[in-house]
Amino acid sequence: MEMGWRWDFTIEILPQMAVATLNTILAAGVGYAIALIVGLFFLLGQRTPFKIVNWINREIVEFIRSTPLLIQLFFVYFVLPQFGITLSAWVCGMITIGLHFGTYLSEVYRGALEGVSKTQWEACRALNFSTIYTYRRIVLPQAFPIAIPGMGNYLVGIFKDTPLLSTIGVAELFHAATAVGGYNYRYLEPYTLVGIIFLTLSIPAAMWVRKLENDVNKAQGKIKK
Amino acid sequence: MTYFEFLNEHGVTLLLGTVTTIKVLVCSMILYVIISMIFGLMRLSKNPAIQGIATVYIEFFRGTSLLVQLFWAYYVLPFFGISLEAFTAGVVALGLNFGAYGAEIVRAGILAVPKGQWEAAHALNFTPAKRIKRIIIPQIFPIILPPAANLTVELLKATALVALVTVVDLTFEAKQINSITWLSAQCFGTALLIYYIIARFALVPFLRWLEVLAARKVGKERI
Repeated sequence: MEMGWRWDFTIEILPQMAVATLNTILAAGVGYAIALIVGLFFLLGQRTPFKIVNWINREIVEFIRSTPLLIQLFFVYFVLPQFGITLSAWVCGMITIGLHFGTYLSEVYRGALEGVSKTQWEACRALNFSTIYTYRRIVLPQAFPIAIPGMGNYLVGIFKDTPLLSTIGVAELFHAATAVGGYNYRYLEPYTLVGIIFLTLSIPAAMWVRKLENDVNKAQGKIKK
Repeated sequence: MTYFEFLNEHGVTLLLGTVTTIKVLVCSMILYVIISMIFGLMRLSKNPAIQGIATVYIEFFRGTSLLVQLFWAYYVLPFFGISLEAFTAGVVALGLNFGAYGAEIVRAGILAVPKGQWEAAHALNFTPAKRIKRIIIPQIFPIILPPAANLTVELLKATALVALVTVVDLTFEAKQINSITWLSAQCFGTALLIYYIIARFALVPFLRWLEVLAARKVGKERI
């Protein structure tokens, strides 16, 4: 086996990797969209006035958050067919990522809602605003900026966890690298390329999130003054 | 096959896997704590070269996926003449990856120590090393332990990935038993439960205990 970096091989596999990168971005995007919605449901479960619902919700969230995504993927992928539900690897992956990160996002939402000062609620009550009106016009516009950094972090987080999808056979970037590497018996270039592609995508994304965070902090500082 | 029979037949294998998982967890925990401390301090250095190295390290390991790093350590490093055992590669990749996240926590913790403490230590003519060791470090623990506890639970979850580079841990065993018996619900369900029990009833209480201890050390009863 030839040692050292081979540029011709790198160029040869580049188109395949580029297509797979698109799949990775798609997976991260869809997974994130599902997680955003699932997070809302967990948030609802947390805020309903029924104690038993709160408790069940909390235990589910706790369980999902303290077990590995990898085994959750296997669980969904291998167990659902036993109950007659056969889903493609893609669908399984998206459901699992959505559920897993939905629990994290519900925490972000909760933190943001609790970040809105209680006096805002009291003022709205004093002004006789309805609950819906209070949420829509007073609370949510203030909570949303607080949630932005956390939401951005989990977008980057999901992106970096998409390689796990390769273990159940989703044809994303890492899967392509493993396939190409196995076919040619060369792992140096494919895996290094994956690393470089991840770096070039996630560092700007992380910087963008940090900038958002700064903007939010600044805006809140202005409110305080 | 009832669940009891399943446990009777495969329980020991799963437990052996659990022992390996705990070994991976403990080793990578020690490694990541050391790395976080070093790079967290380096990140705050006034020397641009030292600070630059720490920043590149942190950005690199936070910017790429853990799985990619793990496979790189196991499958690509041999190209450069460095062959690591699966267990070592797993622990090193986990330690380096989480060390990068931990370094940021340490950095934030050091910055959160009130400036007056630095000034007072300075005024009392403490050497820089003594300032860090006796005044700053004891005060950062109550600040960094809560986020570090979250990170450590993430680490426990991340240890599952070492199964993909052939470390025979709990995940590996569960996958193995699944491919023999096809009792997927029992295999992966049990594995999930074991991870949950480790996290909820061992790791988290231990970390909470550390938090209380650290808070008491600096005279705060409650955090």
